[in-house]
Amino acid sequence: MKIQNIVTLVTYLPAAAALALLFFPRRSGRAIRLFSLIACLATFVLSLHLLYHFDGNNPGMQLEESAPWIETRTFNIRHHLGVDGISLFLVLLTTFLTPLAILSSWRSIQDRLKPYMICMLTLETGMLGVFLALDLVLFYIFWEVMLVPMYFLIGVWGGENRIYAAVKFILYTMAGSLLMFLAILYLFYANGATTFDLVEISRNLATGVLRLSPGAEFWLFSAFLLAFAIKVPLFPFHTWLPDAHVEAPTAGSVILAGVLLKMGTYGLLRFCLPLFPSAALAAAPYLSLVALIGIVYGALVAMVQADLKKLVAYSSVSHMGLVVLGIFAFTLQGLEGATFQMLNHGLSTGALFLLVGMIYDRRHTRLISEFGGLAHGNPLLATFFLVVTLSSIGLPGLNGFVGEVLVLAGTFLSNRTYAAVAATGMILGAVYMLWMYQRVFLGKVTNPANNAIPDLEAREKLILVPIVILMLGMGVYSSPFLRRMDSSMDRVVKRIQSARAERGYRVQTHEANIEREKLAHGR
Amino acid sequence: MGAEYAPILPQLILVIGGMLILLLEPFTASARKSRLGQIAIVACTLAAYGLGRQGTGPRAVVFQGMFIADNFTFFCQWLFLVITGTSALISLRFNEREAMNRGEYYALLLFASSGMSLMAASGDLILTFLGIEILSIATYILAGFKRADARSNESSLKYFLLGSFASAFLLYGIALVYGSAGSTNYQAIRELAEVHGSGQVMMLIGLALLLVGFGFKLATVPFHAWAPDVYEGAPTPVTAFMTVGPKAAGFAALVRLLVEAFPSLEPNWTALLWFSSVLSMTLGNVVAVLQTNVKRMLAYSAIAHAGYILVGIVAHNRSGFEAVLFYLVIYTVMNLGAFCIVLSLSRKGDLQVNLENYAGLGRRAPLAAAALSLFLVSLAGIPLTGGFIGKFYLFGAAVQQGYIGLAIIGVRNSVLSVFYYFRLIVLMYMREPYEGRPDPEPISLAVLAITVLGAIAVLWMGIFPAIFLNLASNSTLALK
Repeated sequence: MKIQNIVTLVTYLPAAAALALLFFPRRSGRAIRLFSLIACLATFVLSLHLLYHFDGNNPGMQLEESAPWIETRTFNIRHHLGVDGISLFLVLLTTFLTPLAILSSWRSIQDRLKPYMICMLTLETGMLGVFLALDLVLFYIFWEVMLVPMYFLIGVWGGENRIYAAVKFILYTMAGSLLMFLAILYLFYANGATTFDLVEISRNLATGVLRLSPGAEFWLFSAFLLAFAIKVPLFPFHTWLPDAHVEAPTAGSVILAGVLLKMGTYGLLRFCLPLFPSAALAAAPYLSLVALIGIVYGALVAMVQADLKKLVAYSSVSHMGLVVLGIFAFTLQGLEGATFQMLNHGLSTGALFLLVGMIYDRRHTRLISEFGGLAHGNPLLATFFLVVTLSSIGLPGLNGFVGEVLVLAGTFLSNRTYAAVAATGMILGAVYMLWMYQRVFLGKVTNPANNAIPDLEAREKLILVPIVILMLGMGVYSSPFLRRMDSSMDRVVKRIQSARAERGYRVQTHEANIEREKLAHGR
Repeated sequence: MGAEYAPILPQLILVIGGMLILLLEPFTASARKSRLGQIAIVACTLAAYGLGRQGTGPRAVVFQGMFIADNFTFFCQWLFLVITGTSALISLRFNEREAMNRGEYYALLLFASSGMSLMAASGDLILTFLGIEILSIATYILAGFKRADARSNESSLKYFLLGSFASAFLLYGIALVYGSAGSTNYQAIRELAEVHGSGQVMMLIGLALLLVGFGFKLATVPFHAWAPDVYEGAPTPVTAFMTVGPKAAGFAALVRLLVEAFPSLEPNWTALLWFSSVLSMTLGNVVAVLQTNVKRMLAYSAIAHAGYILVGIVAHNRSGFEAVLFYLVIYTVMNLGAFCIVLSLSRKGDLQVNLENYAGLGRRAPLAAAALSLFLVSLAGIPLTGGFIGKFYLFGAAVQQGYIGLAIIGVRNSVLSVFYYFRLIVLMYMREPYEGRPDPEPISLAVLAITVLGAIAVLWMGIFPAIFLNLASNSTLALK
């Protein structure tokens, strides 16, 4: 059975549920929780439809829906949604993690529950819209609107330093995205002021109907890059991330790390590479270098953290550096590995934040020094934590391994030194994760407060089991995932290659011109 | 003769309404002065009805080229009537509370409104000046309407002194332009300016002086110094009116003046306005960050928004003027909405308007807090609100015309503005209520209605703006 307008339905179902929540009485906490959970689960089930109807051999957009939205004399903005091999699994990741995040806040959120759930649900719509929008303005609108619920999640339900973190989060993101907004406008006028449609603009760029001067391409690329680099976050722009992750409530951290960071790398794949391939080629060596710095720096800083959540936050900087490295290798393995690694990071870091949240709910502290020997009284917690830790450091048989190997292989094809340095980063990753695990779970119980804490309850198992199953599944049998990415990624690689060929040609002709001039002067 | 008066029917209704209020004032018991306010609202409604009956139509020029009735005038008059009616409505209860409920207040509002309409419709420098003066004198008095309050007096005096100064600049500019063109009619000036180009020094100086005068009236940097003190000291409903009404009228008059009289001097005025725009955006936003009083913060934000609107004029293409008109509408809605909430939260003596008074408002008055947040989010230009579409159009027009640098400065300023608009949201939702706060006062029906309508309008213009944008587009078509 094929549902009409499935993509629109998936995108707006959570927002519709949020609207419905407005009419719930404030006191009926149970009903609010159940309703939100059911809405998210329904969205997840609907999003599985995308997977079912997705054709892995088609590199273009599928299940497209396009309707006029804002039509005026000056602008023509369409409500254009669609899915391809780049966005498919990110959509699924979003719909998969959101119900788990809601389940994780079942008990911990008591104060102002209704607004909390409204924020979570609108946030989900915002994230799905970012991954599915194919009109540049529509994309930008989702990108910005999503900031507002996240801002409230951090600022209202966050930790001690929440206001600082929330303000920093929104200012950093907006500082990046507003320049992208101008770049979108520029692109619109450069393309003849007819459309903001991504598919059409990228077709015009690829076929040469729309030609950008190298200078313009460089600036447009930079504007998009800045917005995405802050979101990823790429090395010097990462300072908002530890604050936001640490101060956000558990569910907020899960969504932040699990999905929001992916929006940055998704943007690189969706916009920066296909729209501005020659600028991307020129920038690749520098960006790879920055990504490498991020990998090593993130790992080193994570190693010395005293707070569990901060450690996980810095590990994100390291892991997302790897994703960026894979993207700018411009090889099929690199791109697929990067996308796979995005999913891995979403699962493993999301799960880590969930577990840290569970520990925090029990002990109301996240300091590593407060723990030790937790495995004695809490075998289940320790086991789940171990699996997630191993997934995060890329143990073969679990999902992390597949992504890391692909990224490293893809990078190796384009630059061996980079691959070698990145591999070192992986080792450092194992060091800080395992060391942390050792200090928290192994050894004797040194702190008497840790003796009395209860092991996982049914709800928490319900959250963790699906994640762990998926980790195993993706680690053992990854081809169903990779197969569906193949053709879309291949198209991006081809686009880059044709730009490289063109660049080579341009350089040659430039050299030829110099030769010719020399000859002329000689004569 | 009848044909001459038909286009100015709405103005006539306003003026007659104002005079009626003045006549009835001595015979109304002081407890029943609100009735006079209701008369003002009825007059606005009648004028709107008259305007609606007129409808849009071809350009009609009456009174020897003085008054131009076209779609642009029509659009602006609608806006002015909404501003005046809303201002009268939110004043009713405030005036009772502050014991300044006198009929003159409403009469002056109506006179100000007629002045604004004349400004937008004017096709002659003399009428432009008269419109500005009718509006200004009414607002000088309104600013000082709380006679017993020293701040209100200071506000009025300051506004009056600097306003007269600005009027002098305007007059001097008019004199020079008249001297070089031999006429005060826009059409005549335009024809002459086209012949001589920018070679005519006297006309250039005249134009520059006119721009200085407008700069004062619009409170754009570097002619803004009066605005924060005046806005802070004036009674809150008057401040609400002043941040939107005279601003909208001033921009309407400026657009008409520049487009209809000085299109050939466009390189000169765009250069001047470019600087004014950049300075207004930057200074307005930077100083707004430092404010602790909500009225003062909104005053500086008003300066910044004037800077944004100037971006559209600097772009001087049709999209730019469309953007100006649309932005005037959305700015009116969100600013009046925000002031409406500030007003309903203030206490006798215009107190409780400091930032810290908003702490924990999300718990105390959830509806007011939600509405104020929406207006602030729109002022900050976040998507799905009309404020975003407005900025989208303004900066779009700038990019189209190649003013990329101006657009970049504009969006940088938007980021800055997010900081102080969201600070209020932080206070309302992320801090606990402060000690010794007064119990929430029940919100009056009028304020509630305006808030809800404003919120709907902000979202409507953010999600389905096409109808408003097309209206603005048709209205700019009339300019020639």
